Amino acid sequence: MYMRKLGRYVVVFTIAIGASAAFAQGPNLGKPLNPAEIAAWDINILPDGTGLPPGSGTPADGARIYAAKCSMCHGENGKGGANARLAGGDPIKDMESEKTIANFWPFATTLFDYIRRAMPWRQPRSLSDNEVYALTSYILSLNKIIGENDTMNAQTLPKVRMPNRDGFIIRFPDRL
Amino acid sequence: MTNTSKNRLERGRKNLEPVAGNGLLHRRAFLRGGAALAGAMTGYTLVQTASAQQLADDPWSLGPGATVPDYGTRSRFEKDVVRTLSNPKAEPRTQHARTPHHLLNGTFTPNGLHFVISHAGDPDIDPEKHRLVIHGLVKQPLVFTLDMLARYPMVSRMTFLECGGNSAPLFSKEAIQASVQALHGLVSCAEWTGVRLSTLLEETGIDPKAKWLIAEGADAPHLSRSVPLTKALDDAMIALYQNGERLMPSNGYPMRLLLPGWEGNMNIKWLRRIQLTEMPGMSFYEARTYAPILPGGKAYQFYFIQEVKSFITHPSPGLAMKGPGFYEISGVAYSGNGRISKVMVSADGGKSWAQAALAEPVQSKAFTRFRVPWRWDGGPAVLQSRAWDDAGYAQPTRAELVAVRGETTQTPPVTGFPSQHYNAITTWAIERSGEVKHVYA
Repeated sequence: MYMRKLGRYVVVFTIAIGASAAFAQGPNLGKPLNPAEIAAWDINILPDGTGLPPGSGTPADGARIYAAKCSMCHGENGKGGANARLAGGDPIKDMESEKTIANFWPFATTLFDYIRRAMPWRQPRSLSDNEVYALTSYILSLNKIIGENDTMNAQTLPKVRMPNRDGFIIRFPDRL
Repeated sequence: MTNTSKNRLERGRKNLEPVAGNGLLHRRAFLRGGAALAGAMTGYTLVQTASAQQLADDPWSLGPGATVPDYGTRSRFEKDVVRTLSNPKAEPRTQHARTPHHLLNGTFTPNGLHFVISHAGDPDIDPEKHRLVIHGLVKQPLVFTLDMLARYPMVSRMTFLECGGNSAPLFSKEAIQASVQALHGLVSCAEWTGVRLSTLLEETGIDPKAKWLIAEGADAPHLSRSVPLTKALDDAMIALYQNGERLMPSNGYPMRLLLPGWEGNMNIKWLRRIQLTEMPGMSFYEARTYAPILPGGKAYQFYFIQEVKSFITHPSPGLAMKGPGFYEISGVAYSGNGRISKVMVSADGGKSWAQAALAEPVQSKAFTRFRVPWRWDGGPAVLQSRAWDDAGYAQPTRAELVAVRGETTQTPPVTGFPSQHYNAITTWAIERSGEVKHVYA
């Protein structure tokens, strides 16, 4: 009896994939969540800017935060240290070229997303959204991708065009 | 002597005739050759024949043994069978632990020896407090505890997991002398058990606009990767068990995303959140790290699939030959596109090939152990293996691969990652001394 029930679940799931939740006949144990409950964990930023929070920051703000929280690993002015440099980089030629923000990263939103979720390495999630905007601005400005006085926020950051935006070939387009 | 046994003996003799250059025998020679051949076998690990003394009981046979432990571990004589660590002091950079393929056999990797890449250490997750949230372009966002997931219908499957950067030292312009562990240690194979992701998405419902999901871990970097929804609905799993026990902390305890056959980094460990989206997130690891640069400067993006590959584990550098005689050449083959359909082995650098026996069952997107009997005459030999999968792909030669992908101009450190997704042929040269060297041929 138990096995027959399992078999029926499998059939139902297979047929119903993509259909509405109303058809689901599984255990239905998941607990519903509302957007407010998800907000604290929802830190994904999409390349079109979806997910960027309120707030803003300038390169000058970012320089101060960088000196205090980032330079010990990434060097003064993003020149690199124990960890990757964040400024400069020769054009990408081949596999021995160093991938940098300026010469490789296709989207500026990745900077905000990655700094906010993973940095500083020993204290991730310790920066405020304003601080993340400020650091993003500072690093983009160091690389002369934005001006020294440009402010980054949810409107301006997705509009930043990265130099290597078109430098990619999708390996398996039929799998997307 | 009956006709049947006569025929068998005859066939056995015939099977001892080489089927390819430098002494490769028919893959069923050992099965058919019988006891005489088995007696002639030499091994990479065999010691000298015991001297002609009378056998006597050793101390362990002369009294009761030790208490059976509540969680078993291997013999103390096997303590050197360990992973190699790239960052044993957990300095602020990635840690790699590589599987010792030359000291293992069969098709699955013991949990303590499964390869690991940990970008900021292993989190110490309390399973009672861990949550999995599914939200975004769904009809009803849901949160699951481990206890809830444990009540869902589960599936089990053997699946290899491979880092996109495994075998990267073979992009070096010169063959780097290193063990199979150092060269190919970032791939392993386990039986994974868990809940199909499609089962959970059935309960959340899917907004028709959703094309991707972004999966995120509960580790310090909150590592995130984007996965096409088609893969999620195909064979993706929320894995809870690894070789029958709960996941190892280094492999994602208490739950990870399993994407059979796809780049290791995408199989998010310590999985805590899945957001369905219209587009990929272009996270650090997909926008920058796992985007291999091609000659000329363009880079591949979304190199999801770990393509068909094989390498010989026995013999391999560090496992010296113990004099001429019979040996078994064996290794692993696998493909992210399906089942291994054929493995060919050469002992003369690719001039001639013998078909290897494949250990059953041959499973999709899992390790397949291949074996070929070999009579080494003590002279130089050049060993290669080449695999094919049932999707029709052949493992490329190194020359074919680097013609498209390039190679370095300098010799990088063996722990470096000059590029990714190297799946071409590996070559071992056997010297007269019995030493095994990594070479290009």
